[in-house]
Parts: sequence; C-alpha cells; structure tokens
Amino acid sequence: MEPSDTQVSAEVEGAQRATGLHLVTPKVRRHSTRPRSVTLGIRAAVLLVLFGAYWLVAIKVNDVNKLPTPREIFDHYGTLITGQDLIGNFAISMSRAAKGFAIGTSVGLVLGTIAGLTAVGEEVVDAPMQILRTVPLAAMLSLFIIWFGLGDLPKLLLIALFCVFPVYINTTSALRNVDRKMVESARSFGLRGPRLLGDVIVPMALPGILTGLRLAGSLSVLALVIAEQINSNSGIGAMLINANSVFEYTTVFCIVVLYGTFGLLVDLFFRFIEHVALPWRRGVSVR
Amino acid sequence: MSAAPGTEVERDRHVAVICEGIDKRFGGHVALDGVDLVMREGEFVALVGKSGSGKTTLLRILAGLEAPDAGTLLVPEARTVVFQEPRLIPAKRVWKNVSLGRGRGAAARAEAEAALGTVGLSHRSSAWPATLSGGEAQRVALARALVRQPKLLLLDEPFAALDALTRLQMQRLISDLVEDFAPATLIVTHDVEEALLLADRIILLRDGKLAVEVAISEPRPRSLGGAHFDGLRRELLGELGVTV
Repeated sequence: MEPSDTQVSAEVEGAQRATGLHLVTPKVRRHSTRPRSVTLGIRAAVLLVLFGAYWLVAIKVNDVNKLPTPREIFDHYGTLITGQDLIGNFAISMSRAAKGFAIGTSVGLVLGTIAGLTAVGEEVVDAPMQILRTVPLAAMLSLFIIWFGLGDLPKLLLIALFCVFPVYINTTSALRNVDRKMVESARSFGLRGPRLLGDVIVPMALPGILTGLRLAGSLSVLALVIAEQINSNSGIGAMLINANSVFEYTTVFCIVVLYGTFGLLVDLFFRFIEHVALPWRRGVSVR
Repeated sequence: MSAAPGTEVERDRHVAVICEGIDKRFGGHVALDGVDLVMREGEFVALVGKSGSGKTTLLRILAGLEAPDAGTLLVPEARTVVFQEPRLIPAKRVWKNVSLGRGRGAAARAEAEAALGTVGLSHRSSAWPATLSGGEAQRVALARALVRQPKLLLLDEPFAALDALTRLQMQRLISDLVEDFAPATLIVTHDVEEALLLADRIILLRDGKLAVEVAISEPRPRSLGGAHFDGLRRELLGELGVTV
C-alpha cells in the first residue's frame, strides 16, 4: 500500500483527537486466493521434506533389514517385478479392490438412502447395520472360507463389507441433514420421487456421501491385506503378508510405498470428483 | 420527545466513523469510488441506492468484513452487524445465539435475556432458531447486535425479508432502541420511506460515489405525512430514477 493510503490526513487526525471514542482501522481476514500452483507446490514440498527426512534417518540407521533407504527400496522393486511378478499381483489386487469397492459402496448407498430418507427404512435397516459394523471381520476369515471357498468370492465380499459401512453411515447422515426447507420448496414446485432425489436431495447430500466414498476408497485397499490372507497366493496384500512372515522387510517397505502412492492417487481422484461435482461449495465453505 | 439533533448538539457528539477516499474494486468493477463519510455517536444514517450501487460493500467495509483497496478508515472497536438474513446458529438456543462469545455463565445469560426483553422475545429465550418466525429471528439477530453495546450498529437491509406489518413493528423497534442505546447507526436500505422514517441523514450512493445527502431534523418516531416528506420522497426517488 502507498504511504499516502495509510497516513491519516491532518483533518482526520484532528477529528480523531476530538473524539472520545477509540477508533481503529479494522483488520480484515482475507480469503485465500492463492493460485493452484502455490497450493500444489506446498503439498509437494511437504512430501519432499518428509522423503528427505526419511532418507536421512535411513542412512543413519544403516540397516537394510530395519529401515531400507529409498535407494534400496527402489532397487528392490526390480527384483520384485522380475522375481515375484509385482505388476501382475498389483493388477489382480486393484481389480479385487475395485470390484469390492463397487459392490460395497453400492450396497452402502442403497441402504444409506433407505435409512436416510424414510423413518421405516431407518427402523428396519439401521439396527442390523450398527451390529454388523462392529463385527471383527479380520477374525472371521475361516468362516468366510467355509462359506464361500478359496476363490475370489470371499475376498470380494470381505472388501465389500469394509466399504459398506463408511458409505452407509455418511450417506444416512448426509441425507438426514438436507435442509427441510429446500425439500419443501422443491415439493411445492411439483418435484416428486426420483426427480426430487436427483435434483435436490442428492446434490445437497453429496459432500457427505463423497466423504463416505473417500473412506471406502482407502478401506478397499487396506482390506486387501485381510482378504488376500485367504489362499494367499496372489495380490499385493498376500505379498505383504508373506514378506512379513519371512522377515523380508525391504519387500514390506516396497509394498507399503505402493500403498501410500495409491492412497494419494485415490485422494486426488476424489478431490477431482469434488471439484467437478461440487462447484457451488467453493463460494460457501469456510475456506 | 427527545430534542431535535440541531447543529449545536451534532458538534458536541463524538466522531464514531471516519471514511476518507475509500475505493473498492471487484475485478474490473468499481464498487466504491472515493467515498468520504463521517458519522457521529448517536447519529442514524441511511444509505440508499439501486442494486449494485455499493451500499452493502460500504457497510461490509465499515464492519471490517471487506478490506478497502485505498483510503482511510476509522471505526469503533465495538461494532455489530445485523445482516439481511438472521444468520442465527441453528445448533444453539436463542439466548446462546445472543450471548455468543460472551461466556456461558449466569451473567451472560442474564445479559442475553435482558437484550431479548428489549426486542420483546423473552418468552422465546430457550427456543431453537429453526422454530422462530422470520420476524422473531431477525429480532434475535438485533438483540445479538445490541447486547454487545455497539458504538457502531450496522444494519444491512435488516427488514427486507419481513412482511409489511412485522416490518413496521421492526422499524419502530429500531427507532426506539437506537434512541435508547445511541450508537452511531448505519442502515442500508433500498426503501426510501424506511430511510425517511428512521434516519437523521440520508445518503444516496450512485456508481460507488456519494451522490446526494439529505438531513432530516424531525424527531423520531415519525409518521410520513405532509408536504415536506412528500417532497423529500419525490426528490430521492427521482434521484434513484423513479418518477412518482
């Protein structure tokens, strides 16, 4: 700002002295209007700093079996790709995660919609869902094998089960929190049933629903570690479990890095979806 | 009846607002262009103008919600805003909305109850905001503004969404409360009659500049009859581009 802007003119100064009130120039909270490149730069810088810090610690530890350096991890990928078909296993796992995600989120969306929109739906659906939600799935693997065999089915069902609940809970609460006044006004314009749902209720509940999908996205990959314990002969979850049991920690680190990268990509994907699906939120949210 | 705010009284009052050469642009659009404004304690100023003339922008700058691009701005620390819509927090009961940020104790509650009393809403103190009517909600918003004992009260078309009867009651209420509490008050309105009914001074904004200024010395509460008010009304509406 120019000095003339901040200087109080003589007249104003006189007026202020005459006043018994203490007058101030308000401090204004400015909205962040940083360009996208700066935001991305900060995010990248954080990752680089963490990466560098890890590298330093790994060099200091200097033990490939405790904390392999990024270099050692990177080199080990070559061994894993040629020796253990990492790419093929990754593809298998991603396909399982995607299928499980699709099944689980569909069920979660349907049940969540039923429970969120109708009182009777909530009465019927909610209590069983709350009970199922706390079932320790990881400890029921052998039952799943007895029920569904050793193929892909029990794996997909397990992944799906992990995805159902975050979507169900977020969908239910998002739908329940849609402003009644908006629904009322839409009803007065003759909107009913699917159109009311599609044009008014779902768009307004979308932020919450997307939160559920986002959680399910990461859970679908985490669930691989449990699901692929069944007949653990394929997938990166199985590779991770096997490497752990034979103390191959460099392999463990390689796959964990893969998980982390995948988590970042899933998050970017949902950010993109939010950006596209919720353009109206930008002018409304706190920042 | 209070004394008419003659020029002698005016000079004695403390200065509460000083604006000098306030500019504000939004992208290429000039919202305010060199606005100068001085208000004194207890003075009631109405800001009228067409949509997009910069009225609300000036109010938001005085409130400290928007930063001017250039110019000097001095306002009291204690300033409160009543927005066009009540902006009550739906998750807090009425009295907690009023005492927002002023503590949770018995003293804060008593203070809030007293403020609710002045707007005639003691009986709704424990209600949820969603159960209030539009006029009630706006009165709560007014109580929330008054409980802070503002030296500058900013009203952004506070009655625009109210029905005609509630509006008349609210105008009367504001008029009385401002007489009692005597903050400097700025009301943004597009209703010339409302401005004539309430203000000591009416300022007409056009294209971001102060275009017309009218002083009204009749004591409040007023009723808008007679040749004098008719003339003023016609003059102001003419300046706004409406012929009557």
